Amino acid sequence: MAEADLFEFLTRMGDNTLILGHRVSEWCGHAPVLEEDIALANTALDLIGQTQLWLGLAAEVEGKGRTADDLAFLRDAGAFRNLLLVERPNGDFGQTLMRQFLFDAWHHAMLSALCQSADPRVAAIAEKAVKEVAYHLERSADLVIRLGDGTEESHGRMQAALDDIWPYAGEMFLADATDAAMAEAGVAPDPAALKPVWQATVGEVLSDATLTAPDTDFSHKGGRIGIHTEHLGYILAEMQFLQRAYPGAVW
Amino acid sequence: MSSEWPLWEIFIRGQHGLNHRHVGSLHAPDAEMAIRHARDVYTRRNEGVSIWAVKSDDIVASAPSEKGPLFDPSNSKVYRHPTFFDIPDEAGHM
Repeated sequence: MAEADLFEFLTRMGDNTLILGHRVSEWCGHAPVLEEDIALANTALDLIGQTQLWLGLAAEVEGKGRTADDLAFLRDAGAFRNLLLVERPNGDFGQTLMRQFLFDAWHHAMLSALCQSADPRVAAIAEKAVKEVAYHLERSADLVIRLGDGTEESHGRMQAALDDIWPYAGEMFLADATDAAMAEAGVAPDPAALKPVWQATVGEVLSDATLTAPDTDFSHKGGRIGIHTEHLGYILAEMQFLQRAYPGAVW
Repeated sequence: MSSEWPLWEIFIRGQHGLNHRHVGSLHAPDAEMAIRHARDVYTRRNEGVSIWAVKSDDIVASAPSEKGPLFDPSNSKVYRHPTFFDIPDEAGHM
């Protein structure tokens, strides 16, 4: 297995948590109620914490003297490897929750598999993160059910959110040469192998939530190889501004 | 919106063997959500091993106006404190 493949895989993991963490943090101070505001901020902080581990290891594997911070703040959009799903705009609370739930269901399955990784450094990060993500999934699934099977208004919003985000879910299960190399080396599972677990979780929750997934296999893709929607540029502009304008600035 | 959710009083046990202590209150639509919210609002810094949530409506409180009859009579009963015993030196500090 080439180190370049491992670096690629690690940035995919770290960029997912970095971009989603940043997205969720945008709710801070704006959530519908104080309790949800704090819960969202907690989730965002968990994801940023996991980013430090994934990108820290990526930088170490790369061996070019870069740090996790360098990777987060000094790469351009084309070098980011996150799923398109996580850069989708927050929309309303329902859209944010639905995006979170579909991601959490995948994230939990992925991390559970990574706990068995042949690379002990990867397994160690997964074991720490999977506990946090188990709670993320419990929380987002519960809220999707409550709001989906809630009032006419909340049901309508959750169904609209599902219709909107669904075409971005399929990218989680697409495999390329990097994934094949990871699976071959026993470092990470074949993405397609996670789909049955994900479908079982999502199917059960959507059914309890009285929501219907769109009947389509179409999927947007490209994030994992650096081809992003226009939304990522705006995220990076805000996130990276300080380090770009004042290189090397510290607290 | 939060005005439609009932208020809950949250009690956290910090360590095994200690009592649950009142830490504050929050709004939640039901008991399960009250526990979740309490986890997110009050245990972010590793404060607890157990959470109790009690509907604020279910707490019965003494009325401040009854303070006199309730508490004043015990003011003058110094003999209820065990301060009239000589503690043997061998017993040490108690």
